[in-house]
Amino acid sequence: MSDRSRLRLVVLQVLVFSLLVTLLGRLWFLQVAAGQQYRTAAQNNVVREVVTPPVRGLILDDQGRQLVNNRTTLVVTVDRSTMDKQKDGGVAVLTKLAKVLHTTYADLHDRIQLCGTPGAKKPPICWNGSPFQPIPVAKDVTAEVALSIMERREDYPGVSTDLEALRDYPEPDSATAAHLLGYLGPVDTQEVADSKGSSSPLYGSEQVGRDGLEAVYDEQLRGTPGVKQLAVDFGGNVTGTLGETPAVPGNYLVTSIDAKVQAVAEQALKDRIMAARQGNTFERKKFAADSGAVVVMDVNTGRIVAMASYPTYDPNVWVGGISYKEYAALTSPTSGYPLVSRAIAGQFAPASTFKVVSTMAAVQEDFSLNATYPCTSSYAFANTSKRNYESEAYGPITIARAIEVSCNTVFYRLGYETWLKDEARTKPKESFVMDARAAGYGSKTGIDLPGEMPGLVVSRADRKASWEQNKAIYCSRAKTGYPEVKNQAQAAYLKAIAVENCVDGWMYRGGDAVNVAIGQGDTLVTPLQVARLYSAIANGGTLYTPEVAKAIVSPEGKVVQEIKPKVAGRLPASASTIAYLQQALRGVALRGTGSGVFGPSYPIAVAAKTGSGTVAGKDDTSWFVSYAPADKPKYAVVMMVSQGGTGAGTSGPGVKTIYDALFGVKGNTVDANASILPGGVLPSALPPASAYGQPVAAAATASLTMPAAPTTPTPVTGLAMALPPAQDLRRLSGGGP
Amino acid sequence: MTLGYPVSYSRSRSLAARAVARDSVLRRLDWALALAVLMLLAIGTALVWSATRQRELDAGGDPQAFLKKHLLNIVIGVTLAAVTTLLDYRMLRAYAPFVYVFSVLGLLAVLSPLGSTINGSHSWIQLPGGFSTQPSEFAKVALCVALPMILAERRDAETEPRLSDVALTLGVAAVPVGLVLLQPDLGTTVVLGFIIIGILAVAGTPTKWIAGLLALGSVGVFVAIKLGVLATYQVNRFAAFANPKLDPQGAGYNVNQAKIAIGSGGLLGKGLFHGSQTNGKFVPEQQTDFIFTVAGEELGFVGAAAIVVLLLVVLWRAIRIAMLAEDLFGVLMATGIVCWFTFQAFENIGMTLGIMPVTGVPLPFVSYGGSSMFANLMAVGLLQNVHVRRYA
Repeated sequence: MSDRSRLRLVVLQVLVFSLLVTLLGRLWFLQVAAGQQYRTAAQNNVVREVVTPPVRGLILDDQGRQLVNNRTTLVVTVDRSTMDKQKDGGVAVLTKLAKVLHTTYADLHDRIQLCGTPGAKKPPICWNGSPFQPIPVAKDVTAEVALSIMERREDYPGVSTDLEALRDYPEPDSATAAHLLGYLGPVDTQEVADSKGSSSPLYGSEQVGRDGLEAVYDEQLRGTPGVKQLAVDFGGNVTGTLGETPAVPGNYLVTSIDAKVQAVAEQALKDRIMAARQGNTFERKKFAADSGAVVVMDVNTGRIVAMASYPTYDPNVWVGGISYKEYAALTSPTSGYPLVSRAIAGQFAPASTFKVVSTMAAVQEDFSLNATYPCTSSYAFANTSKRNYESEAYGPITIARAIEVSCNTVFYRLGYETWLKDEARTKPKESFVMDARAAGYGSKTGIDLPGEMPGLVVSRADRKASWEQNKAIYCSRAKTGYPEVKNQAQAAYLKAIAVENCVDGWMYRGGDAVNVAIGQGDTLVTPLQVARLYSAIANGGTLYTPEVAKAIVSPEGKVVQEIKPKVAGRLPASASTIAYLQQALRGVALRGTGSGVFGPSYPIAVAAKTGSGTVAGKDDTSWFVSYAPADKPKYAVVMMVSQGGTGAGTSGPGVKTIYDALFGVKGNTVDANASILPGGVLPSALPPASAYGQPVAAAATASLTMPAAPTTPTPVTGLAMALPPAQDLRRLSGGGP
Repeated sequence: MTLGYPVSYSRSRSLAARAVARDSVLRRLDWALALAVLMLLAIGTALVWSATRQRELDAGGDPQAFLKKHLLNIVIGVTLAAVTTLLDYRMLRAYAPFVYVFSVLGLLAVLSPLGSTINGSHSWIQLPGGFSTQPSEFAKVALCVALPMILAERRDAETEPRLSDVALTLGVAAVPVGLVLLQPDLGTTVVLGFIIIGILAVAGTPTKWIAGLLALGSVGVFVAIKLGVLATYQVNRFAAFANPKLDPQGAGYNVNQAKIAIGSGGLLGKGLFHGSQTNGKFVPEQQTDFIFTVAGEELGFVGAAAIVVLLLVVLWRAIRIAMLAEDLFGVLMATGIVCWFTFQAFENIGMTLGIMPVTGVPLPFVSYGGSSMFANLMAVGLLQNVHVRRYA
């Protein structure tokens, strides 16, 4: 062999060796370095999950009445894989189906597109679930439609009629409690991704709570979907079942809401708002009365017995998906924003209801509760003066009397003199502001409902911080003025304010302190915060975290979790100060601003405070704040009507209606049997075992079975044969006997 | 058929004594080569069984149908290898023209109405009794025998082939290459091309000519694609190779699923018969062209690398045989076989790993298929034949 041949053989040898080493390297990369990625891909190749939705748990009131339950509905579903196997991709079947369902082929086509695929519409039109699951294309179809499809199965390959559970609102005693209960909405792709690997993973086809208790206790109510893991081959053909976990129905949520009290409160609120619009009890004026809220709290636990807001909405609009039109009607500027729960998210000046906080602060500033203070018709301070409400004068009176008659000038003095002391201190105590915060104002109460607002309490530091943020604007306006404002006088006024703010807008002036002392100025509170504060005064000073939920109970009636009252803090006042306030508040109802509502003849000892918040350019905010019985308090009742006028005129009678119902007041007597509460008291125990029940999980997806082939046109009642027995349907909705 | 023994022996010695004698064929065999091939055959058998068992079960067939046929192919193939090993070396050259003509006739028959199409490739002849044969596999053997015959005939002082020899070689090679390309079978065409170039190169053909031939081959493949000689699906495979994301459900699908199968095997594999990709039929043609994916998925890196290493042993021994060969004919024949196995193994495994475009060539000794099994084992027989009569 020549040298050249030998050399070339060596070259060939090197080539062979390097090629095969390349293969080894690539093999190592695929199998060892990147192996995990391919293992996941292989896993995804062969496992398909079919999800059976669980039956959602019910929401009960304190007596076991169903505030939310489930109803079954007939849904028409389309199986995608069967459609794909049709010669025309299912066009003919869907066209025929569209006719029966009184819709269009395009609509059905859109509904069976997988979300995120090219050409698919946005949720909730597109299908967020697994392509291996029958896709619901029509809900709440009539029995005739369901039957006409079932009778001609061969004409509708891949189409079936199923029973599905939907949320239903039985409105016991016509209590809607829409803002408390909330609603459901389809889960979005991000949530599905985020929940992966958590203890309760979400599936694309699920509904989750979007507001209210449905949202806060979603995980407990939701249950666990049944998952069937199917092994599939390359063609998507099912080759076997790898595993199956049955759906676990959700737990019951027992609330402290009492449906009867809730109904009375809702009605009372609505009535008082309507009355204010017509001219309220005391004033002849017609008020705007745009919105309102009412809170009934158990003063010894902080639990919510009833809570309502106005305007409200029908929770049924959310069931099975809200339409764009319906949603717009609930959120447009002309709607009055009925979705907003004013009780927890409405922020208003507390007005005179704040005087209890001012009293606590005054005590800390060494003002004597036994001394008297001049209730003049106006109070002069610095270079200005502020008048009393309607310029009334009561002479020298105690603070208790000042609370009874709601004398502003007494509190102006307390506020201003405290401010003077603070000005002299190197480090101001700011007792009024600090006590407001200690009483729970300016921060969220932590109630188990979403969307709560914190209100506002402004300290010296807050004012300075906000001035630092805005001074550039003030100072630029101080130079340029307001050329866009046509009214010369107004423009000059605005400019003067800007000049002042530019120079010393950071200053916490005497006027600010005076405003704070009577619950005006920058201070804002929610009706819930007020109810909580007055509950604390009633119970001797304990601030509870308000709660709506009392317990989570399994469908078998086993208590999964008891939600105990939570102490959040104590009022910044001694027992004697609180006792003094209790006396003063009782006096309000007996002989003060609340006496027109209650007075000495009312058989229940009510402690109360009125408030009329001033809002520039609008009608007053009407507050009526109370608790009862004064000697052994049980309930705090707070009603607020925005632009409703005086507290006693508009809200007071509403509060009285609620006490009438709670205690069974008839005229000047009390009849415990007439109380809407059994025995006139709130139940101490959870609802009895009969309140719960095992929902029939399987029925949620159980296919309707075809009745024996009818030879004559089948009457509508024929469907009864196809539906599960009636008692099963009842059990599905969780109801006891 | 004449069985020629290269060494003298005494009739007085017993068969056993002859077998272990210093000069016996058995002792002169390349046992490393033989052992590596036998191990590849054993692994291949297990993989073919695993690849076809579930498919046959799903189709309601005999789960061992392929296993049985594969074992039969091996028995026939090993017999052919033994016969080829024992052929008189001198007579091999005499047979070469017949082998060549026979394989060309086979290729012509494929293009005649006798031919049939399997998996888009018109490469088969259906035989009675449900058997079929793929003449292009035997064309590889034919070239490995015929081309060295031409190039080994040279005068003593010459170190490189004359132009006329090269021309004749190319002319002789062009006929089967052209016929295979017409089928169209791009994979086999390229294998034949590498056999031709490898033999010419080791025969001492000047580098310029070899470079020219390589260039010509590349242009040829390009023109074949452009002129539409290839089927659309073959062109798509090249496009999918260039961009695997192009069509994950179409042309790129096989490669993607093959990579998932191999990658998911990890270091130790999922165990024989336990590959989800294999049992789920995600990889097509898994007992033939994509057999390596079964190894990757079920035997893991350890098993798949073992196949590559065993192939490396086979090629190392084959090159060693070429280097030790008694004459140029032996050198060139072994060279042709090295080129054949090298390219085919690299192409086959490379495509399952996504580093080569998909063309349908089987993995030597491992893939299911009679014709290729016979051709491969005959080639091993040829290597052993050369080795038995080496110098040392």
